[in-house]
Amino acid sequence: MSQPVDQQPLAGKIALVTGASRGIGRAIAYELGRLGAQVVGTATSAQGAQAIQEGLAEQGYAGWGRELNVTDSASIEALIKEITQELGPVQILVNNAGITRDNLLMRMKDDEWDSILDTNLKSIYRVSKACLRGMTKARWGRIINISSVVASSGNAGQTNYAAAKAGLEGFTRSLAREIGARGITVNAVAPGFIATDMTHVLPEAQKQALLAQIPAGRLGQPEEIAAAVGFLAGEPAAYITGTCLHVNGGMYMS
Amino acid sequence: MSTIEERVKKIVAEQLGVKEEEIQNSSSFVDDLGADSLDTVELVMALEEEFETEIPDEEAEKITTVQEAIDYILKHE
Repeated sequence: MSQPVDQQPLAGKIALVTGASRGIGRAIAYELGRLGAQVVGTATSAQGAQAIQEGLAEQGYAGWGRELNVTDSASIEALIKEITQELGPVQILVNNAGITRDNLLMRMKDDEWDSILDTNLKSIYRVSKACLRGMTKARWGRIINISSVVASSGNAGQTNYAAAKAGLEGFTRSLAREIGARGITVNAVAPGFIATDMTHVLPEAQKQALLAQIPAGRLGQPEEIAAAVGFLAGEPAAYITGTCLHVNGGMYMS
Repeated sequence: MSTIEERVKKIVAEQLGVKEEEIQNSSSFVDDLGADSLDTVELVMALEEEFETEIPDEEAEKITTVQEAIDYILKHE
């Protein structure tokens, strides 16, 4: 349910979360809603968009679900324009949408490489760029890119995914330098192994092997990633920029 | 109704945080008014909004002084 104003530090802010129909993205959308932001969550299908809208409404948060293909610049620009006109400029952007197409490099097809780079990395270039005008004018903004522990640790079978996520982290640091003087922070959050559809499909033996590497002894919950995003989105995190916050139960420590 | 020159100077003053009386037509945004590269991009964005026009990147790069901005607007009005 909605909370008193003093517990809604993001009240008056418009947040855009890509890939918000399930897993980590959905938890992030709900967390930003709980903190008082008006949330627009995107999904690749109309059905997914509707589920986001209904889910936010059920939680009692102000929010909308919209269909978006993050590999299509025209549809991104159309959505940002619509949000800006209807609600106001996007001031909190969470680039979360992502897919996996795992394969050993020796077997990897061009399409498996290209689709991961396009959906997981070039999308961040597209959506961030589309939101920057509103943020620079407002002299306030938060861009939070969802990375992965494999960007740092590497993972056999994920050369494409790890390359995209490591690229995302370099993008994060460079953009943070470009627009730091405008009151806009750019950070990454790198989840470890989180209980979502993406990790649910892993073979049981692989899951057990992973668990053995996690000091916390369990998979993380989507809400634990969302909490980190909510923190970075808030005013108290204004001096944190260009960093990558690892949330992984200790499975990777830099 | 303000002239184009006045409107351009007002925007330059707002965007770059300088006083309008300090702005000459010959002023260079970077060399005279202390703009950095991001300031100049934002300045072009503000001019686009004020004059309801789109300035292509290759044209925007050529607008380095107040007079060049005025000339561009006059030519494309």
